[in-house]
Amino acid sequence: MKILKTVIIMSMSNNIDLKKGLDIPISGVAALKTKKTIVPDTVAIKPTDFRGLLPRLLVREGDRVLAGSPVLADKKISDILFTSPVSGNVTEIVRGDKRKLLEVRIKADAQQEYLDFGTKKVEELSSDEVKESLLKSGLWPSLIQRPFGVVADPNLRPKAIFISAFNTAPLAANLDFTLADEFQNVQTGVNALSKLTDGGVHVSLLRDTSLSSPFHKLENVISHVFCGKHPAGNVGVQISHISPIQKGETVWTVSMPFLAAIGKLFRTGKYNVSRKIAVAGPAAIDPAYVEAVPGISIKEVSEFYDNSQSDIRFISGDVLSGESVGADGYLGFFNDQITLIKEGNQTELLGWIKPFRTKVFSTSKTYFSWLTPNKAYNMNTNLHGGVRAFVMSDVYSKVFPMDLFPIYLVKACLAGDIEKMEEYGIYEVLPEDFALCEYVDPSKNDIQDIISKGIDLMLKEMA
Amino acid sequence: MDETKNNETMKPGLFEKGGKLGFLHSTADAFETFLRVPATVTHKGAHVRDGVDLKRIMIIVVIALVPAALFGMWNVGYQNSLATGVQMGFWQEFWFGFLKVLPLYLVSYIVGLGIEFASAQIRNEEVNEGYLVSGMLIPLIVPVDVPLWTLAIAVAFTVIFGKEVFGGTGMNIWNPALLTRAFLFFAYPGKMSGSAVWITLKQGQTMIDGATGATPLSYASEGLDAMNNAGVQYGMSFWDMFAGIIPGSVGETSVIAILIGAVILIWTGVASWKIMCSSVIGALFVGWLGTAFGATDVPAYYQLVMGGFAFGTVFMATDPVTSAQTECGKWIYGFLIGALCVTVRLFNPGYAEGMMLAILLLNTCAPLIDHYVIESSISKRAKKVKAA
Repeated sequence: MKILKTVIIMSMSNNIDLKKGLDIPISGVAALKTKKTIVPDTVAIKPTDFRGLLPRLLVREGDRVLAGSPVLADKKISDILFTSPVSGNVTEIVRGDKRKLLEVRIKADAQQEYLDFGTKKVEELSSDEVKESLLKSGLWPSLIQRPFGVVADPNLRPKAIFISAFNTAPLAANLDFTLADEFQNVQTGVNALSKLTDGGVHVSLLRDTSLSSPFHKLENVISHVFCGKHPAGNVGVQISHISPIQKGETVWTVSMPFLAAIGKLFRTGKYNVSRKIAVAGPAAIDPAYVEAVPGISIKEVSEFYDNSQSDIRFISGDVLSGESVGADGYLGFFNDQITLIKEGNQTELLGWIKPFRTKVFSTSKTYFSWLTPNKAYNMNTNLHGGVRAFVMSDVYSKVFPMDLFPIYLVKACLAGDIEKMEEYGIYEVLPEDFALCEYVDPSKNDIQDIISKGIDLMLKEMA
Repeated sequence: MDETKNNETMKPGLFEKGGKLGFLHSTADAFETFLRVPATVTHKGAHVRDGVDLKRIMIIVVIALVPAALFGMWNVGYQNSLATGVQMGFWQEFWFGFLKVLPLYLVSYIVGLGIEFASAQIRNEEVNEGYLVSGMLIPLIVPVDVPLWTLAIAVAFTVIFGKEVFGGTGMNIWNPALLTRAFLFFAYPGKMSGSAVWITLKQGQTMIDGATGATPLSYASEGLDAMNNAGVQYGMSFWDMFAGIIPGSVGETSVIAILIGAVILIWTGVASWKIMCSSVIGALFVGWLGTAFGATDVPAYYQLVMGGFAFGTVFMATDPVTSAQTECGKWIYGFLIGALCVTVRLFNPGYAEGMMLAILLLNTCAPLIDHYVIESSISKRAKKVKAA
């Protein structure tokens, strides 16, 4: 019966098996329980979370805001608003070099007050009305536009909208757990977004969870079933297998927690981005989930780490593509994960020549990690070598499940050769898709940074 | 840990920039990282990284070369004993060969690494570990009697003009070790070919009657009969050549020792099995054509165990920097190396060994092969997307 059910589910949707990829065996998976609900003290809104954004500040220090009040706007498209996730007072506006706006910090009230956007029946709304609701509430910036991963342009109608319903990144939040009670919100979100495109809302599901995950039952979607290791859960990889982005096309993507928030907006009239956030990693004590909003201070999860230790790295996001924010930093807008790992600032005598290095994981068979396939490693931030020119040629494509030549694209980006970048597929990728290439690189190059600069160059050339 | 902290807070250390011996920064750094995995942490992108680095990869190649090197040393002594009729025990033979090969290694590493360190210093970069492998390879692909001064010149030429002018390890077009051999071959042909160079003799020693010192390859150009009748001082059967008890360059003779290396390289994934496989296929194919059309009566599989074919296929053609980079390109690249090598053997009796120039030529063509593989893949994909 079970098998039959699986067969039916599989035959209903498009099946895509990804052979290439890698699940990094890092220790510190978050247990599927919610340890606490964080009533935030201070949250930060960081314009740097959005690629290429030129922000216009709409508040001043001391201003009072509600959850959903606009804080920033996009200078180029002034309809795009970035709103406060909490109610409270603006306490500090942090600027960096050349007065670049880095953070707007808001001291939160003990009791949250929400701006009321009014409940709406999505079925009765037009495309423009959906757009207006999303823009006003501040949920619009959760829509990411590809190519290049910028905030979606509301004046465009994308080819389709893509959503990945599972995470494969190391220690990532388990969406079936974090969104277990949000099925109706997600469904409403899907219904709303389907008004914005003619190509439909594509949802990618994981085959392993076909019987347990509620998202296999979503309606009004075109579903695809994936099977494979990380980066199978990256929406970019999925798009590349479903319908590769060609020059001149645009598609939009949105993460599942934000899809639920979009549903919540229409059902409750509130900008409520509260979600379960995984606190994980080898340096995390008793890793688990917390209920919180994006932008919370890392200090709010201080019970998860040893305060006496100075050499912990605090990552907003996962260990491959997240951002190191420091003990005083804030969780990024798009991240539903905080990863804590030890700094690897210690030398190791004759490390590279030792036959056995049991504490170090390597995909390469030059080490013996393959003998212990189920072991989880206490990984740290050591580079494990020095930076060199690219030498090996076949290690990268083994963890890059797209029909492209990853290192040729990287080299085209290094050379700033726009024509070659286009030819080699710059429209289809974001830095996160190259995270594993960077992880396995024996030459220790910062590949994601190279791709990121290549994308910035494309944005500049096309502006 | 404490050490590094001190250095950060106090004045620069002896070898650091601004320190007394700061101009030796790269050299000190090379020895430091040779001894210990440095405390460098990630700054951008992926916060954790795989344990493997180029040092680890290079040391695996060096380990894979050890069987061929040890066998080569013994064989130098064994060939001397055969050619002169002087009886020696196993260890005596090994010791004889060891003393002959050691100077080659000293020259190769001292000259090569010296230039590598100096150029890293000039460019203010870390020292690349690429030469660890090249330096190990070079003594194995030259005749044991090659004069040390010519070897020194060849190594210097290769490292400077074959590698450093292109930007160092990872940027070079041709395999550095083979370039050394090619330089020796064209600059000092008398020391590199013919039948007099392959067996080393002590001062005053002469060969016994019937011993010529010629390699099986030079007989093979005259046909199978010549090979069968030539074996006065050593056998030239398939199995003799497979085991490697024949004259030749130091490390190239024993297919058994080379196969041990091949297994290590393929298992660890350091070298491409596709290149090795396709090179063998290419050699067998042309060897078979040769026998089928009467160009030679030497069986095709002999081509795999004669001369430098096995060594070149396993250790030289698979150099990840100079070989084709695309997976499909690797098949084409390897096949052409094997095919070209045997073509030269069959149709150029004047110069019987084609492996060196086959690999160097295909090194030159590898980017072209990759270019067409990528172009065709991109246009195929574009068509598929259009159809969908």
